[in-house]
Amino acid sequence: MTTRTLQDSLVVTAAGALFGFGLALSGMIQPEVVLSFLQFQDWGLMLVMGGALMVALAAYQLFPRFRAAPLLGGGFEAHTAQMSRNTFVGSALFGVGWGLSGVCPGPAIAGLGTGNLQMLWVLLGLAAGAWLQGVFTSGDAARSAPQEG
Amino acid sequence: MIPILFPLGWQHYLAGGLAIGLGVALLYVATGRLAGMSSVFTSSWSYVSSRPVFQQARWLSTRPWRLQLALGLVLGAALWWLTLGPDTALSTQVPTWRLLLGGVVAGYGARLAGGCTSGHGICGMASLKLPSLLAVLTFMATGFITAHVLAALGAVA
Repeated sequence: MTTRTLQDSLVVTAAGALFGFGLALSGMIQPEVVLSFLQFQDWGLMLVMGGALMVALAAYQLFPRFRAAPLLGGGFEAHTAQMSRNTFVGSALFGVGWGLSGVCPGPAIAGLGTGNLQMLWVLLGLAAGAWLQGVFTSGDAARSAPQEG
Repeated sequence: MIPILFPLGWQHYLAGGLAIGLGVALLYVATGRLAGMSSVFTSSWSYVSSRPVFQQARWLSTRPWRLQLALGLVLGAALWWLTLGPDTALSTQVPTWRLLLGGVVAGYGARLAGGCTSGHGICGMASLKLPSLLAVLTFMATGFITAHVLAALGAVA
């Protein structure tokens, strides 16, 4: 493993750890807390998203003005959000699933770190959903891609 | 006002949100990458499925760091559990069928939409993307409706 690869892995893991610590501290890994927000009983989730967004917004909008490239090299990735039917149908479905379980992808992963093995059910579901989406809605991408054995 | 809006207190929500933001910011400043968490559920299929849709360059080239980021999430939450969390493992009253079915529907939807609460909610809005803002309003709306319907039907959580 080269020094750059090692640095990259350490930084990515550290960034994930900050993210996961925040998800745990804010209670987002507890489905009950998320569901109480979705039932208008506790508006904490707005503070979580607002706090995260403020810091991320500052980094995304300001850092590239001072540095031409990320600290470890490469380029700044651009967000690919599309004004398309898939964005809205997908988001509507995502909300239904989120309201059913009280768990979204980040907390499902982070929740394992707090010994909550019930999160394995959510992870199993998310993996199955991602597989179904890949297989059934990416026909165009699959047809245009080179076929492999 | 504050106790009504935040019956469990507000400080830990804001502090946790800032920590999440710092993680997202660190990833971007150091590597230029966006910290959407639903993509790992697609990119990791490339390890086991030879289907072209999972063997696209965008999944093959990002699958290692997406898994490392996920590992970081587990470690960070474990650090919270060991320092500030309860003595016993966390658990939920939400029944298994809702965890599993909710996961399937949310996983399908997030990948169709190209992002979830982190991908659109944090990274997309921090990128000032209008589709991401509309995606957030959409999943908040259907999430509100679903949770309210379940509550009206007498669900426990």
